[in-house]
Amino acid sequence: MNAKRWSLGMAVLAIAAVGALALGAAPAPQAWFKTGTGMGVQKVRLALPDFAAAGATAQPLQQVFDKVLWDDLAYSGLIDMVSKSFYPIPSSWPSQPSQLQGQQQQWTQAPASAAMIAFGNMSVSGQTLSVSGWLEDLTNPAAAPMLSKIYTGPSTAKGARLLAHEMADDIVQLLSGGSPGIAQTHIVYSHQIGNVAELWVMDYDGANKHQITHLRTEAITPRWSPDAGEIAFTCFVPYRGVVSAQICLYSMAAHRVLYFPRFPGTNSAPDWSPNGSELAFSSSMRGDPEIWTTNSDGTHPRQLTFTPRSVNTSPVWNPKTGQQIVFVSDRGGLPELYMMNSDGTNVVKIELPGMGYVVDPTWSPNAQLLAFSWRRVNGNYDLYLMDIATHQLLQLTRDAGRNERPSWAADGRHLVFQSDRTGQSQIWTMLADGSGLRQLTHHGKNFSPNWSWK
Amino acid sequence: MDSSSTASTGSSSFRKFGLIALIAAFTIVAGACQKKVTAKPAALPPAPAAAPAPPTVKLSASPDFITQGQQSTLSWTSENATKLDLEPGVGSVQAQGSTAVSPSQSTTYTITASGPGGNAVDTVRVTVSPAAAAQPTQQSATIEELFARDVKDAFFDFNKANIRPDARVALTQTAAFLRAHPDLDVTIEGHCDERGSLEYNLGLGQRRADAAKNFLVALGISANRMTTMSWGKEHPFCTEHNETCWQENRRAHFVMAH
Repeated sequence: MNAKRWSLGMAVLAIAAVGALALGAAPAPQAWFKTGTGMGVQKVRLALPDFAAAGATAQPLQQVFDKVLWDDLAYSGLIDMVSKSFYPIPSSWPSQPSQLQGQQQQWTQAPASAAMIAFGNMSVSGQTLSVSGWLEDLTNPAAAPMLSKIYTGPSTAKGARLLAHEMADDIVQLLSGGSPGIAQTHIVYSHQIGNVAELWVMDYDGANKHQITHLRTEAITPRWSPDAGEIAFTCFVPYRGVVSAQICLYSMAAHRVLYFPRFPGTNSAPDWSPNGSELAFSSSMRGDPEIWTTNSDGTHPRQLTFTPRSVNTSPVWNPKTGQQIVFVSDRGGLPELYMMNSDGTNVVKIELPGMGYVVDPTWSPNAQLLAFSWRRVNGNYDLYLMDIATHQLLQLTRDAGRNERPSWAADGRHLVFQSDRTGQSQIWTMLADGSGLRQLTHHGKNFSPNWSWK
Repeated sequence: MDSSSTASTGSSSFRKFGLIALIAAFTIVAGACQKKVTAKPAALPPAPAAAPAPPTVKLSASPDFITQGQQSTLSWTSENATKLDLEPGVGSVQAQGSTAVSPSQSTTYTITASGPGGNAVDTVRVTVSPAAAAQPTQQSATIEELFARDVKDAFFDFNKANIRPDARVALTQTAAFLRAHPDLDVTIEGHCDERGSLEYNLGLGQRRADAAKNFLVALGISANRMTTMSWGKEHPFCTEHNETCWQENRRAHFVMAH
């Protein structure tokens, strides 16, 4: 008992220390945070001179391509983009490797001080845009280019965006030691008009927003399957003549809602097991809202929690092992986080310093960190990161409205979330240290975002 | 948020006391009204003693407005009468009493009291509205109006699903309505205020709807007649960001099942 109290005291001290550091202007890069996110290491300084465009048809596409590639790399969390004002004169910018021969020093010396350079050229032939791109290590001129690839796609602005995303992902994969980039991933979210909320999908940078469901009902809490082929969500549809919250499945390939069995009571907040074979969700099919799992087709319901007179919801599976589930329960009064084995055994409360209302948990892809929303005494919902092993905390948002429903990108360096800091709830992304805020939606009410991992 | 949530709980308990005080005040006013009504007959002048007293008779109907097929109770009292006749359809009756009638159309009942001192007459009219089956649309509209008037929603404290004293009063009224309309089924919708999280509120709303249902089951209403669901905070009754509005939204709401 004494030992427990002592270690709790130490934990509170440690957290207080983190909190004090986090109060500074820039979030303090903690060792646990670097390990958990892969961020905070020395960023690579990369130069990205404009690509060369052959002909008038290629020129507008080149402008789209250059901007998207720049934004993707700048937002990767790994790369420090060298400002173009530090580059040598534009006539010396390479568009193919031969033009860089013997010129590396122009880029490595101050003020550019670049370690890497990406460059290339593009042309349009009929309906096809063809981009030749290279990545070279300026500090090792003798080595072959790290990347040398031809990207082809439709000769449209959309096509140019897609090719820029492809090249960005290749560069990020090379610079991150093999973990893939996220420039081709998508975000699903709920877009509300009146009493109807439909699911919409957009690119990770907010481009190409489009509606996918047409259910004329509330479609909320969407979650991508691990292969991004399906989306599980909460829908309000009739069960035995009464509209109630049910689990719905949407197929990205079939462009329609798939069959999923309906159950009594409220069924909500589905999440996928890491192999996609099971769903966990909250269901009151046999009394109060408890955590249940079913096979991904809705068969074999199994009850995992048994705490009458309380709400258990928001289950999230350990994405690495599938062996644990973190969920929200108010069995202790207010909603707080609990962890259990995925068979329902060994339930442990996740202790946080101070009172609060803790909701919307989500695991980082490497399962080392939890992100969640915590409403503390100031009345705001703010996003926090917690190291699962040590329970150390980092506050990500502060004094900027309600911030809720965080969801990780596959790279473990980005989060998407909803915030009402501009008025209505909108979708935002940021780097996992709280920097790099980007507002992705601006019109109407948008909420419940979830980031695809493929 | 803890400080303000404590404050909101405080204000809602103030509201509770206010409500109880209001109900108490109404009860007193209603009591006073009844006294006034019953005082009137007592003020009648006493009959003279010497000559044979003229008979008096008084007839009333409760209710005096019925739907075809329903019953009304006719009640009468008399003084100084040796014979009483109640028409149409009843005939000779005792000096005082009551009887149930079920007229198929609006009827004026007449009671005639006769005795040594003469005769006295009183009348009462029972108005009969057409039977339910004859005009189904009008009937269902009426039921909906009754439902809106007599079925009371249950309200809840922040982050809670337990039945408060004011909700007990409301649900007891709702139970009376459901008992009087045994063929009617209901859906109980759970609602929450905007402060909780989307997913948690779906669960909390379900617990509120179930709490209201369980209370009604304890009052003898069949569980089979009630289906529960939760809208969480998705369909608020009130969209302002203050406690008055939040209290409006923390409820178990009754809807007629079709």
